[in-house]
This record gives sequence, C-alpha cells and structure tokens, in this order.
Amino acid sequence: MAAMISLNNVSKFYPGGYEALKSITLSISQGELIFFSGHSGAGKSTLLKLMTAIERPTSGSIVVGQQNIDSLRRSAIPYLRRNIGMIFQEQKILYDRNVFANVMLPLQVTAFDTRASASRVRAALDKVGLLNKEKADPVTLSGGEKQRLCIARAVVHRPTILIADEPTANLDSGYARDIMAVFESFNQVGVTVLISTHDRILLDMTQHRVLELRHGKLVA
Amino acid sequence: MSSWLSQHGYALLRALRQLAAAPVTSLLSIIVFSIVLSLPTGIFILLENLREISGQATDTQQMTIMLDTAASQADVELINARLEKMPTIEGFQFISKEIALQELQQESGMAEVMHNLGQNPLPDVFVINLGHISANEIEKIQAMVQIWPRVAHVLVDTDWARKLDAMLDVGRLVVIMLASLFGVALVIVIFNTIRLQILTRHDEIELSKLIGATDSYIRRPFLYFGALQGAAGAALAWLLLYFAILKLNEALSELARLYATTFTLNHLSWRDSLILLLFSGALGWIGARWSVARHLSQIDHDSTIS
Repeated sequence: MAAMISLNNVSKFYPGGYEALKSITLSISQGELIFFSGHSGAGKSTLLKLMTAIERPTSGSIVVGQQNIDSLRRSAIPYLRRNIGMIFQEQKILYDRNVFANVMLPLQVTAFDTRASASRVRAALDKVGLLNKEKADPVTLSGGEKQRLCIARAVVHRPTILIADEPTANLDSGYARDIMAVFESFNQVGVTVLISTHDRILLDMTQHRVLELRHGKLVA
Repeated sequence: MSSWLSQHGYALLRALRQLAAAPVTSLLSIIVFSIVLSLPTGIFILLENLREISGQATDTQQMTIMLDTAASQADVELINARLEKMPTIEGFQFISKEIALQELQQESGMAEVMHNLGQNPLPDVFVINLGHISANEIEKIQAMVQIWPRVAHVLVDTDWARKLDAMLDVGRLVVIMLASLFGVALVIVIFNTIRLQILTRHDEIELSKLIGATDSYIRRPFLYFGALQGAAGAALAWLLLYFAILKLNEALSELARLYATTFTLNHLSWRDSLILLLFSGALGWIGARWSVARHLSQIDHDSTIS
C-alpha cells in the first residue's frame, strides 16, 4: 500500500542542544492505524508535531500525503493541516462556546457551506455519542465526553489522517476503551490513524503496529 | 466568490459581535476617537468656511476710489471719462454720496444719526471691477488713480482676502500636522485595543491555526474591528461637529444680523465627510493590521514551544 507518511533520517534538536529525536526513519501506509509508545519525554509528541508542521525537523525529510514538509511554505501549512485531524494532549476546548460551536470550528476556518456544516457537525457528534449534548457547555462534560468532543472536532472535516496525542491520558479504562473503539471505526473507513500513548493496557490490547520511542530513538 | 463573501461576512459579524460584547468599552473607545478626530476636523471646517469667504472676495477683485467730499460734478465726469478709456478693467460703477447715504440709512438703521449730522459725510465713490488681473497690474492701476485730481483714497478690496488666504495656508498646515499627530494616536489606541483582544482570544487563535486557519482568516475579524471602530469614531465626530455648527450658527446669525449681513458656517461636504470616514476607517485598519502582525507571530512561537 502507498505510504501516507514517510520520515527519512529525521532529527530534531532544540535550542540548548537537547536532542528530542535522533535519525528517525519510518513509513506509514494509507489506512494504517499505528501506535507510538514510550515514556514521557521519549519524543512521541515531537514526532507528531513534525508531521503536522507545528515543528520543523533540524535534519532529514518528512513527506505527508504528497507534500514534503521541509520545503513547505509557511502559507501552505494551513492547507496541509486541513487534511489532518488533530486530538491534542491538552484538549484545547474553547469554553466560551457550546459543544456544537466547538465542533463547528474546523468547518468555519475552511469556509465550509453553513447549511451543510450543521449536518456535518451533528453527524460527527452522533459518531462519538454526543449528539444529545450539542448545546451543552463543555465545562459540564465528563473527562471522557470532553475527549469525544475533541475527536468529533478532529473528524468533522473528514480528514485523511487522524493524529491523537495521548488521547486516553487521565481517562479510566472504560472510557479509554470507548475512545479506542471510535478510532477503530474511523480507521475502518480508510482514515490513517496515528496515536501516541504510554497507556500499557491500551498497547497490550491492540493488534496494530506499535512503534516504541526511547530517548528520541525508534527502538521497535 | 461566495466562499470569499461568506468569509468576509463571517469576519464582519465577528467584529460586530466583538463590539457588542463589550458595549461600554467599545463606546468609550469610539468617543475617544471622535474627540481626537473632532479637533482637526473642526479646524478644517472653520478654514474651509473662511476660504470660501476669501475665495468669493478674490474671485471678484474690486478697487474702490473715494473722492474728496468737495469733488464737483465736473470732477466726477472727468474720472468717469478716464475710467471708460481704461482697457484693463472689466467695468465700474459710480455710487454718488446721496445714494450711499440713502443705502446706509436703510441698511444699518442709522437714519436718525445721519439726520442729526446735518450734512452728508459720505464721499462719491467709483467701484471698479478689476476681473482676473495680476497683483502687479492692480498696483499699477492703484498708483495711477491715486494721483488723479479729487481722489482722496484708493482701496483694493482684495488685500485682506489675500492676507487671509496666506493665513489659511498656515492654518491648513496646522490641520495636517494635527491630523497626523492624532492619526498616530488613533493607530496606537487601536493597536493596544487589538492587542488586548488577541490576548483574550489567544486559545481560540492558537487552536484555529492548528486546525488549518490561514493568517488572513485570523486577521480579518480584527481588521474589520479596527476599521469599524475608526469609522464609528469618525461618524460620531461628524455628528458632534454637526451639533456644534448648529449651535454656532444660531449665535453667528444673531451677530450677523447686528451687522446687517448674513453668515452661516457650513459642515463638511459629502465628499469630505466620506474622506473623513474612509481616512479614520483606514487608520483603524492600519492599527489593527500592525497589532495582529506583531502578536500573531508571538502566538506562532507559543504554539511551537508548547
């Protein structure tokens, strides 16, 4: 199957000399679900940030879809990100608006048709089981519901790649299983899913490829 | 095209919501802008009105020849004949001392005073219409007429207008300097207002960038906000000046009536009003553009290091 994402000898140094990633080379196929595991500080989040052009590699090359990230102009980055759904470790929910408006945001930034947007948002909320909470204030949601809100926001614009950074962190195992089931369902319709986690139970359960990072190096 | 329009419609809506979200703060800012704009605009209005007066005066350049009160009918006829032979003037009018007295009595209500004087103190007068001739030629005519027999005084009626014109040029320069100074102040105020808004909406902006918002998408509501505040300030300044002129005209009409004349101040023309609105809107836009450019790059930096 064609590579959706490929990294070739990618390294990332931060000012002060800290080496977050060391010569990473890997290829992720289209429609694959893959886990990145490793302890805190292993470089999982940095790797995901490089794939979404939040960070730039110090050396090496990254190709996402057909786009070479190193040579991507700054003005082209938003268009790359529109093909990616991101679930952030720190959730980044906007508490000044309701659930529906939070999920609507990716469609607003792409000037998606207003009428079609509402049905897209409801479909995404339905998919994650939050349709009955569309008017709710995010502050009233439980931890698991908040995470599902983030997933709905990440998939509402139907991206080809879904990237989740520690999506089950701070969730109990019941919620974590629900969240994983949602990712599986997206993967089954052809979405390439990348999940970073250090949740051992989740990793033990999975049948998918797991890549382990240790001190910035890919070890498995 | 419809996507472009919907993006701009959304940005405008966001800007209006932002204004409505903090009505007191927004209103205070608009009042500050209107006061800042009122001063140079008010001076400009005053200068334009004075320029109109001086323009009317310089458009009809006139010279007044006052004869000696002892001038006879023969003296008048001699001067009349000489003026008829002058090709450089457009025409002239003779106002006899008797007619001048009658007009003075009718216009200024000084009939009783004039009657008590016993004799007519006014001279015979020739009013020459000079047309559009150079100041040099006017000086030559003045020098020539001055030495004619029985000529007591020669007044060039446009002298004051020329002096006023020169003063108005200085005034115009003052307006430009004031407008520039206050314009910079307005840009700085908008810069700071937008800076505070960006700080308030930091999370939303950061998230929007991460999910694919372009810089122009993020910039647009702030630019509309700055432009709207600037334009609203200009509109309020226009209204303030309108009411000030209304009040001043009441007082001026009373003063003018005492001098048996009419004078009213005119507000900005529609063209100048539109320029004021656009100028102020553009200043708001510039302030917002500057602020957003400066602070968005900071957010870029923040999202990279988080």
